[in-house]
Amino acid sequence: MQQTNRLTPFFENINFEREDNTMVVNFGPQHPSAHGQLRLMLELQGEEVVKANPDIGYLHRGIEKMGENMTYNEFLPTTDRMDYIASSSNNYGYALAVEKLLGIEAPRRAEVIRTMLIELNRIISHLFWLATHALDVGAMSIFLYAFREREYAMDLMEDYCGARLTHSAIRIGGVPLDLPKNWTEDLEKFITTLESQIPIYEGLLTKNRIWKMRLEDVGVIPQEMAKSWGVTGVALRGSGVKWDLRKEMPYGLYGELDFDIPISDKCDSYGRYKCYMQEMYESSKILKQLIPMYKESDTQLMAHSPEYISASKEDIMTQNYSLMQHFVLVTQGMRPPVGEVYVATESPKGELGFYIVSDGTPYAYKLKCRAPSFFHTGILNDLLPGHQLADVVTIIGSLNIVFGEIDR
Amino acid sequence: MRIYTPKDDVQKKSYYKDRFFVKPPVPRKEVASDEVFLDDVQSVKTIITILESYIEVEHLVIIINPEDNFKVISYLNKNRDYDFLVELTAVDYVAKRGGFEIVYELLSTSKRKRIRVKTFIKVSETIQSIEALFRMADWSEREMFDMYGVKVINHPNLRRILLPHDWSGHPLLKTYPLHGDESASWYEVDKIFGKESRETVGPELRDSACVDRYDTDRFARLGHEVSKGTPISEGNEPDTPIRYQEEGGVKLFGAKLVTPFDEIETTHLKQRK
Repeated sequence: MQQTNRLTPFFENINFEREDNTMVVNFGPQHPSAHGQLRLMLELQGEEVVKANPDIGYLHRGIEKMGENMTYNEFLPTTDRMDYIASSSNNYGYALAVEKLLGIEAPRRAEVIRTMLIELNRIISHLFWLATHALDVGAMSIFLYAFREREYAMDLMEDYCGARLTHSAIRIGGVPLDLPKNWTEDLEKFITTLESQIPIYEGLLTKNRIWKMRLEDVGVIPQEMAKSWGVTGVALRGSGVKWDLRKEMPYGLYGELDFDIPISDKCDSYGRYKCYMQEMYESSKILKQLIPMYKESDTQLMAHSPEYISASKEDIMTQNYSLMQHFVLVTQGMRPPVGEVYVATESPKGELGFYIVSDGTPYAYKLKCRAPSFFHTGILNDLLPGHQLADVVTIIGSLNIVFGEIDR
Repeated sequence: MRIYTPKDDVQKKSYYKDRFFVKPPVPRKEVASDEVFLDDVQSVKTIITILESYIEVEHLVIIINPEDNFKVISYLNKNRDYDFLVELTAVDYVAKRGGFEIVYELLSTSKRKRIRVKTFIKVSETIQSIEALFRMADWSEREMFDMYGVKVINHPNLRRILLPHDWSGHPLLKTYPLHGDESASWYEVDKIFGKESRETVGPELRDSACVDRYDTDRFARLGHEVSKGTPISEGNEPDTPIRYQEEGGVKLFGAKLVTPFDEIETTHLKQRK
């Protein structure tokens, strides 16, 4: 055993003094298939993993500490930097949590636009997942196909908010802007293209012998293990649990929308892949229903709640009292009621929750973000032993982890 | 003289204070207003004492004694169908109440309900690990220890998770400074040489990763590379700009393999797909 002190730190990859012949491999943190800054310490017996020890924290930026030292509106753009593949989902999760704390509701048009954004984000995220996961496993061409469609989806996001990756397009109490002209037509065009393209991706992969050999019976997560590790999202649905917060505990508009929850009882990477592909169809189904809802809705975009939310730009420029209110809210920040709230939303990765403790000041007393990927990385501890080294890449890929939200 | 600021909470605070502002509370409801929750609370009451219980924003909140945490969560998991531990964290109340509040968020997928179990421990006290019930508590408790220094007993592997293992301090404590000590580089200089010789001695270099940019042995001067050992100093810096072979295209057997980008020749898409 090593004697450790501050001058000679503990090195986890030194086990030469042991008698067995396991080999320690440091998978990452710079490995391209580690999906960010994951350092996996693998103990190998031949090519079989006997012990896995994920080491995280290489991207830790103290986002929760920042959340406690910024006013509620200031913190919103920071949430983009958590799950940066689907940043609108973070914005929405945070905005919804603060709205629940304030006891306000976004107007209908804002809610429709938000739902459009987060569903479009889900498609972007799933396409990104498909591209990188297939690339990790060895299918190169699918990467180019999926990234092409993702690019069109990001063009739509850019048309709406000007940003492609870190959108910050959702505000506490609504959205700042209405959809630009012809945006819904562009969206319809995109959905048609996407729905014609997904069968092409599936044609490349679903019955592909190599793809099936690499994915089937690899990374089997039994239901008990999934529940014990707090696994949510597609990883849970891939294990045969029909649990999607959008359906089971609906928030926003999801109660009115008609969509299905794809599940798979295979519990392996292949089952998860099937769920992901099906979810893209479901998201485009939701988007199609939202377009007429948008056209019918009233034009109000921000909730009317002068204590917490600034008035519209027009009012600020014409009404004296609105200008004063806006000035106070910008310089001091809103002061929400004293209390605690935990609000969970279904992000593309799983259950994204924000736990906010407010003591009535403009700064949150405590802000905790429950990131789904954090637990999806933890499960590697129990999931990897028994697999081959080559399967490690498949398993990490199929869990769809993003390090921005693991390390926060 | 500077205004005295207490050191037990160095978090950012609002500059503006309104003496007449009354902070409104988030509305709470009686447990009796929800049948499922009432059933849960009554059944938990049979095994331990509940200090307080109420419904806040659709969540049942129960406050228990710290020594009961394992018992309650085990009971809720096995007998009351709360199959997910969603979140486990601590809240720092060291300055106000001398301890931490430990928060367990549970979810029942069959009842579609959420419970928050809260308990309070003093700084010197420890809390029982619930890793044996939920494997995810392994990582959550490690994170709680890393961020707050809360000691968890019976945890299989309680070490830091996000920060390096030799880090000192726990960053989510309210006492943790928000920025570094800027005058630290003068402490030793003042002590050894005296304050008056600050100008001659200069600040102490406390960043061990800092490399002198004129040190050609250890520092790659990107874009201005010189051969090893070349004597350079300020004002005497040889300029060696990077030149790429590809400029003008790469030639392979006489034919051009890569042609440089030409904006006029390039075709533009007429409309977006």
